Amino acid sequence: MTTYILRRIILSVPVLIGILFATFALARLIPSDPCRAMLGEKATDEVCDDFLRRHGLDKPIPVQFVVYMGEVLKGDFGNSFRFSMPVTEILAQRLPITVELAFSSLLVSIFVGIPLGVISAVRHNSWVDVVTMLWANIGVSMPVFWLGLMLAYVFALALKDTPFQLPPSGRLSPGLITVPFYEVWNLKVTEGTTTFAIVDFIGRMNIANGFLSSDFELVKDAIIHLILPALALATIPMALIARMARSAMLEVLGQDYIRTARAKGLRQRAVVMKHAFRNALLPLVTVIGLSLGGLLGGAVLTETVFNLAGVGRILYEAITARDYGIVQAFTVVIAVFFVILNLIVDVSYAYLDPRIRLN
Amino acid sequence: MELNVPKLDTEAVSLDSVSLWNITRRRLFRRRSAVIGMVILGILILIALTAQWLAPYDPIKSMLDVKEYPKPVEKRLPPCIHAFGCPEDKPQHIMGLDGNIRDEFSRLLYGARLSLVIGLATVTFAIFIGTILGALAGYLGGWVDNVIMRVMDVLLAFPSLLLAIAIVTVLGPGLINALLAIGIVSIPAYARVVRGSVLSVREMDYVSATRSLGGNTYEILFRRILPNALTPLIVQGTLGIATAILDAAALSFLGLGAQPPTPEWGSMLGAERNQVFTAPHLVFYPGLAIMVTVLAFNLLGDGLRDALDPRLAHIS
Repeated sequence: MTTYILRRIILSVPVLIGILFATFALARLIPSDPCRAMLGEKATDEVCDDFLRRHGLDKPIPVQFVVYMGEVLKGDFGNSFRFSMPVTEILAQRLPITVELAFSSLLVSIFVGIPLGVISAVRHNSWVDVVTMLWANIGVSMPVFWLGLMLAYVFALALKDTPFQLPPSGRLSPGLITVPFYEVWNLKVTEGTTTFAIVDFIGRMNIANGFLSSDFELVKDAIIHLILPALALATIPMALIARMARSAMLEVLGQDYIRTARAKGLRQRAVVMKHAFRNALLPLVTVIGLSLGGLLGGAVLTETVFNLAGVGRILYEAITARDYGIVQAFTVVIAVFFVILNLIVDVSYAYLDPRIRLN
Repeated sequence: MELNVPKLDTEAVSLDSVSLWNITRRRLFRRRSAVIGMVILGILILIALTAQWLAPYDPIKSMLDVKEYPKPVEKRLPPCIHAFGCPEDKPQHIMGLDGNIRDEFSRLLYGARLSLVIGLATVTFAIFIGTILGALAGYLGGWVDNVIMRVMDVLLAFPSLLLAIAIVTVLGPGLINALLAIGIVSIPAYARVVRGSVLSVREMDYVSATRSLGGNTYEILFRRILPNALTPLIVQGTLGIATAILDAAALSFLGLGAQPPTPEWGSMLGAERNQVFTAPHLVFYPGLAIMVTVLAFNLLGDGLRDALDPRLAHIS
């Protein structure tokens, strides 16, 4: 098992270097003059030469790439000229919001998608099956931004003044003040340390922060605000997971050992949960891992629609302002995250299926 | 007394009906979802081809510029359909007017044209490049294979929409650049499919036979090996069109794809998204159009996959 994990980690190193190179190349392909883009059209040649030298842009491209790699490994993505602060700092502030959204969507899609798929397979060709599959087909075909806007319209306007009314934008109701849990706990953490970065990251996720500081008013408010975006973002992965769960279950349920289990007189529940579901889990793990990538892409659209100040939203603003630093940093972070995720998927695959790790 | 002799299915044994395409077609038409997909697609193609005659108004011209149009006009007018009680003296707009006082229905019809072209163009591009790369990687093997597939791995390491966003940010916003970006991010899927097919048949006897008969690389690759990749490519391509249309709409929604006043569904929706509470029809219809189109390709793709998959042959 350890050898397998090690081999997988080593195999992902070239991909990581490739990702860095791709983002580096993308930034260098920008058809504009970085100096005049930053300092304005009127910058003189002398000022520009000095600017290029200071930012190391006069060096040969390979040298620049090595320097860039070193900086990224240190977590330094340079400054954003739109917000005039380090890109890393912006990411640290915004990433928790996106993580919270993506994670809740993933939970929704797993805990709704898998049972739906399993029930569809067990009751093959029943009305539950037909409705679920019809809905799953529609679900994967829906543009997430459209679904988001429609949900906002229905739950914020059409259902206004009913118990189902939900807020269409923002993360918390106006006026609600959040206190980071580490201040409630009187933790002594100094800014700039890794510990601070971690507790601050958790503290920025409202639901986690609410639980940790026992502020259940905050938890409730945060969840109410998160329902619509999470639902919109969860629809596609939910549909994919339901479809995969169904086809994996159907395949397993047709096997001889299931018939044997039934012949032994096992109850339906035991056959489905103990014998079939465990073996259907394998393809599901892959789909769940892959849909996280889609979730991160969809988060950009969802955050734009629901006005959530996550990385997706900042990415959108950065694109409009041609703030390449942020686009580049965001792409690197997400891609690296995605590679790690695939690694986890592969490792869990090996854990679930001994044939893979022994080969 | 009547004997219960099973009737011979003459159609199944007649030789000329046993080609792959005949079997596929028969299986495809037996699947209800695939037929629904094909019907929707047929209607969409028809709309795209006849948009200029179907559309009651010009898709780009504002009603203010139409001389005979009764003034004053109402910006973002909700749908006005005579059959549903809209006064006869008011001009009919099935889907209302948009923020620039253009007929939403006409724009939607023209949008079908664009969406189908977007889907086909990007997937054709991706299949073309992907097939070349995949065939080279699978056939030549060695370092060529390694280099090509590692590059594909890197492309696959990015969530596709994000990579497309990054590419368009660099290339600059615009429909062509958006299509290029979506085309690039979908190459790996096709390259993998083709490489897999090539690897699976490269060492087969009939390929060696062609080689020993003096067939050149071109003949072996294009006549003997690549036809095997056709089936998975068709399935992947049909499903790929669905993804391409969704991604292109997303880019346009973010302002990176088609630019106004192009009647593209994603950008129509994006332009009016802040008006969702006051003029929901301007958000609802373009999104519905995207969904229906994508759904049609998904249904057809799934149907094709089932029809072309020999493992499922016993089912139908």
